[in-house]
Amino acid sequence: MRRASQYVALVAYVVFLAFPLLWLLSTALKTPQEMALTEPTWIPREPTLANFGDAFGEQDLVGASLRSLVVALFASVITVLISLPAAYAMARYRSLINKIAIGWVLVSQVFPFILIIIPLFMILRDLDLINTLPGLVVVHVTFTLPFALWMLQGYVRAVPRELEEAAAVDGASRLRSIASVVAPLLAPGVVATLLFSFISSWNEFMFALVILQDPDVMTLPLTLVRFTGPEGVARLGPLAAASLMATIPSLIFFAIIQRRLKSGLMAGAVKG
Amino acid sequence: MRITSALAAAAVLTLAAACGGGGGGSESSSSPNEPVKIDFLSLAWQKESVAANKQLVDEWNKANPGIQVTYVQGSWDNVNDQLVTQFAGGTAPDVIHNDSPALSGFASDGYLLDLKDKLPADLKSDIPQPAWDTVTFGDGKGGQGVYGVPFLQESQVIIANKKLLDESGVRIPTANEPWTWDEFSEAAKKMTKGESYGVAWAMKSPVNKTLNLALNFGGTFFQTGADGKTTVKVGQEEREVLQRIHDQLHKDKSADPDALGQGTADPLPAFYKGKFAMLPAGVYLRQQVVEQAPDGFEWVTLPAPKGTSAEQGAVSQTLSIAQESEHPDEAMKFISFFLNGTNQAKLAKGDWLLPTSQKAAADPAMTTEENGWDVATASAKNLVVAPFLKVNGFDEWKSKVATPALQEYFANKITIDQVAAKLVEDGNKVLERYQR
Repeated sequence: MRRASQYVALVAYVVFLAFPLLWLLSTALKTPQEMALTEPTWIPREPTLANFGDAFGEQDLVGASLRSLVVALFASVITVLISLPAAYAMARYRSLINKIAIGWVLVSQVFPFILIIIPLFMILRDLDLINTLPGLVVVHVTFTLPFALWMLQGYVRAVPRELEEAAAVDGASRLRSIASVVAPLLAPGVVATLLFSFISSWNEFMFALVILQDPDVMTLPLTLVRFTGPEGVARLGPLAAASLMATIPSLIFFAIIQRRLKSGLMAGAVKG
Repeated sequence: MRITSALAAAAVLTLAAACGGGGGGSESSSSPNEPVKIDFLSLAWQKESVAANKQLVDEWNKANPGIQVTYVQGSWDNVNDQLVTQFAGGTAPDVIHNDSPALSGFASDGYLLDLKDKLPADLKSDIPQPAWDTVTFGDGKGGQGVYGVPFLQESQVIIANKKLLDESGVRIPTANEPWTWDEFSEAAKKMTKGESYGVAWAMKSPVNKTLNLALNFGGTFFQTGADGKTTVKVGQEEREVLQRIHDQLHKDKSADPDALGQGTADPLPAFYKGKFAMLPAGVYLRQQVVEQAPDGFEWVTLPAPKGTSAEQGAVSQTLSIAQESEHPDEAMKFISFFLNGTNQAKLAKGDWLLPTSQKAAADPAMTTEENGWDVATASAKNLVVAPFLKVNGFDEWKSKVATPALQEYFANKITIDQVAAKLVEDGNKVLERYQR
């Protein structure tokens, strides 16, 4: 009985989580007339694939998804690679410089993007990185790095310092103790940070809008916004169809990475 | 291992994407053998409009191998943020699609090219002067310039449920004989029965709609004194339309209160259900009705009501040339082709708006009764330059002062005197900063 109620709760939770995706699917399959009904229908009365035809016919959704995926993957991996050693240093070494660095990381989060966008744009222009995906990766790394650093620093602090001391007593060098003791315990944190950075980059719109001008390099958020008009008027059918297709690459990425998250959690449990 | 494979694949893809990606935005070729390259930022978003834009660009590119235009699609919601950065960074597109209210600030900052000496005579004469007035602004140095070619305009009409309109027995207004505001109010009252209202005012973004209609009574909302300073004014002329809409909502109760906080297209589902009979809206909303209305739903387009005149404020969609464009003459040639009478008719049909071109307006497709084109096109004669277009600081006044104040007023939370005071006092503080 208890197990049954757990399953019911789980199913209810999954349905709750899946609601936006199911609604997107339902909308993508509806005719414009059905979308304008005051009593919305879950299952389209006259399902149509016309919205998918329009979405794919008008925009390069596949290319845009691919470019978004590449940018998000690189931005997230580079963010983690840079922030991991920095986070370790911030968590393990206490000094005035360290405190100032942590304070600066926090302060950097309060600047609105719009304030930094023009100087950043100028710098990228001088580096000849405007209108390129590497340029966008640099920007995404720049804006996800502080929070990733903050996140990872917390994970490093959660790893008992005594474990490293025990490894040192056993004769392990600092690098060896980091690689063999700390790194496996940090794996869930690294994966969580990777996911955070990936999502931030995948969804990022404003920087992409101003940096990418050539239709051949535009990312997915820029492509999706093409289905909206002035004053919030949108072409809901093609927008829903395009958004639905846009979720697929990120779902695949999550499917791959979530196994790593689980294995990392278990590794931490054993070592701890 | 899988992660490693994924990253390796991503690396390959990045290389491919980065190599395949364009570079340089408005980069221009300088070799005499290479074609001149022009970037055209278009804000077309409706299916037919995007198709028409792309088709015209293709036509141009085929006919002009020496001047190749790249179609770049932007979006209305973000275009000005995008342009601010690109202007500042020196990478703006050569040809820019926008609307006339946005041009004033860009023009005075020196980002847009003054076109007055570049306009071909046939294009200039095909577009009436009131439309040119919407794109004529100060150059920031005491002079006046023309900073865009106006090509599509939006007027306010009333989209009405034909069945409810006929049942009410009211006189059906025509383009030559529109309702007065009093007749409109009476008609709305007659059409209010049971749970069905006569009219729905979607006032999520109330400013442009009310300011444009305020011209019916000569309401300009802004005045420029002898010292050259612009201030806000809310006298009886400005109050007329505000008061009449408010009366429909709260005195006559002939306006659907549910629509008040909605965007322009949001009330449409309730409109199809007959929850209200009339929806004042921009002419472009007819496209949504044609696409969405259930089978058998009959609707008509009625002209907007008139006050002491039928005048409405005009806002144009425009094509401008960036000041920094390396190929302004070629860009102008492209604009002349893109906005000739025949092409404007295609663009207007695609966007369900009114062409400024007189040749385009005479196109039979623009005057047919089908889908209310005849009424929509006739309304163009009432469009005059909206005074607020010329006001430096209007955007801030609109977003920070007028929008919240009007929303409060239409929600009956403040009186007309209070809204007038807010518009004037808070508004003048905003304008003051722009006139130092």
